Amino acid sequence: MNKLAAMITKRIVFGVLTLFAISLLIFVGVEALPGDLAEAILGQNATPETIQAFRTELKLDLPAHERYFAWINAFVHGDLGKSLANGRPIAEVIGWRFANSLLLAGATALFAIPLAIILGLLAAIYRDSWFDKCISMVTLSAISLPEFFVAYILIALLSVQIFLFPSISNINDQMSVFQKMHAIFLPCLTLAFVVVGHMMRMTRAAIINVLSSPFIEMAKLKGIGRKRIIVKHALPNALSPIINVVVLNLAYLVVGVVVVEVVFVYPGLGQLLVDAVSKRDLPVVQASGLIFAATYVFLNLTADVLSMLSNPKLRNPR
Amino acid sequence: MFTLIQQAPLSAKIGMVIILLNLLTILLAPQMAPYGETELVGDVWAPMSSEHMLGTDQLGRDMLTRVVYGARNTISIALTIVFLSFVVGCSCGLLAATMGGWVDQTIGRLVDIIMAFPTLIFALMVLSVMGTSIPTLIGVIAILDSTRVFRVSRAVAMDIEVMDFVEVARLRGEGLWWIMRNEILPNALPPLIAEFGLRFCFVFLFISSLSFLGLGIQPPTADWGSMVRENAGAISFGIYSPMYPAAAIAILTIGVNLVVDWMLNRSSLLRT
Repeated sequence: MNKLAAMITKRIVFGVLTLFAISLLIFVGVEALPGDLAEAILGQNATPETIQAFRTELKLDLPAHERYFAWINAFVHGDLGKSLANGRPIAEVIGWRFANSLLLAGATALFAIPLAIILGLLAAIYRDSWFDKCISMVTLSAISLPEFFVAYILIALLSVQIFLFPSISNINDQMSVFQKMHAIFLPCLTLAFVVVGHMMRMTRAAIINVLSSPFIEMAKLKGIGRKRIIVKHALPNALSPIINVVVLNLAYLVVGVVVVEVVFVYPGLGQLLVDAVSKRDLPVVQASGLIFAATYVFLNLTADVLSMLSNPKLRNPR
Repeated sequence: MFTLIQQAPLSAKIGMVIILLNLLTILLAPQMAPYGETELVGDVWAPMSSEHMLGTDQLGRDMLTRVVYGARNTISIALTIVFLSFVVGCSCGLLAATMGGWVDQTIGRLVDIIMAFPTLIFALMVLSVMGTSIPTLIGVIAILDSTRVFRVSRAVAMDIEVMDFVEVARLRGEGLWWIMRNEILPNALPPLIAEFGLRFCFVFLFISSLSFLGLGIQPPTADWGSMVRENAGAISFGIYSPMYPAAAIAILTIGVNLVVDWMLNRSSLLRT
């Protein structure tokens, strides 16, 4: 048990270090801006006075390491600074949008994960049948398609041809849960289409991999039915890679929302990040980039820890 | 070579035809396109007709022409990126595998950190700082992508590095560069070629997504991703002009994936 705990601690320490390195990278990246940040952003309006004022406002007159620690310290305490574009506190803007992004990713995960595992199981049970081949063709193309293509096909079918769902997913706090679900149905479906393909292929591969082990041969020789073998004998042993791929896809979802949010004009963090990048609103880019990266690192960490916990070989050290 | 292609399954043949057609389009774009790349030729979002086979776009440019030129711009940029990332990734990977020790450790940890960062977010941050231009775009994506190439090429080279013929070359007193180029690289080629296809799909989708977000290749250059973005408004009027460039992206990636799938299957069959 000690060995496992040590492994997990090591992984968590590595995760924290990665986060630190990423925050440093984000910070240094902005430092490395060719020329002066103030001049670059003000552009045509750069006069000595405005540049000076801008530098004091962004605290650019302090040395770099002091600014880094001040930035991280404020970040941890929830103060994300002010947007350059409209001067509003970033925390206000981001909080609501981040919740919206999580809602979108969460709602997708809620029906995509069970669906992917069931499809993967079925494909493994009826391996090499027409059902398996159809599913494998559909999922291969799902992985190959750009998200916006899937999104526009869905809009064309379900929003333009038959008006079932809105093509613009605007949500606000006054809406009931049902109204929100209706509004985000199309973006969820788009995201699900992409992640289900990936998760389902991995589930199928994991189960087929386990099926070649000797204890499955034994179960077959005992005369147990194929479905029972897969559900009772193979699935528990394939759980570790399946959990891993599920959490990795959650991490993908959190980042994958960016493109989908832009297609459906959804008020999420991804949309904000893209806007901020095109306006070169650096404090907003830094803050939302760090939040995205932190979520991603955290989910990757969870995936590794869970797969360590669910792997019986690591639980009982020799 | 010819019999090899003949033996390929139908799906791989379809893939090859798709890739070939795209390559032809790149080479013959000016001959194939009925109009000029940025020429205004008709109404905004005109429907399909004999003059405009796919209708016109949001400014009244011929859609078919734009799609044809788009192939040239988008695919050639994606190819440049993949080549660059293979040069960087493979040389680092082979170097790490042959030298081992601190070189391997340093590059490995650096790659770990870059890979812990979601690629799209990383690219967006760099673009916000450096501004969007084609050289920046190529550089950023090539470096991000070379981390995956590094992982694969290092893993492949590690398997080869322990073989006897490498040992013999070492004892013969061959230099590091010679061993990498003449002993390891030729034996690592088959899996790397399949990886090239996968990386191409990834980069191609990635750059299309960036252009779609308005942060990639800038107008008026015809490019599939930004064409989808520019025409996106049409979809709510029931006009399908954003679908053509999007479909072009989808068809090419599916084609490459089909061929890669076949190559991966073949190499795993050969091994067992």
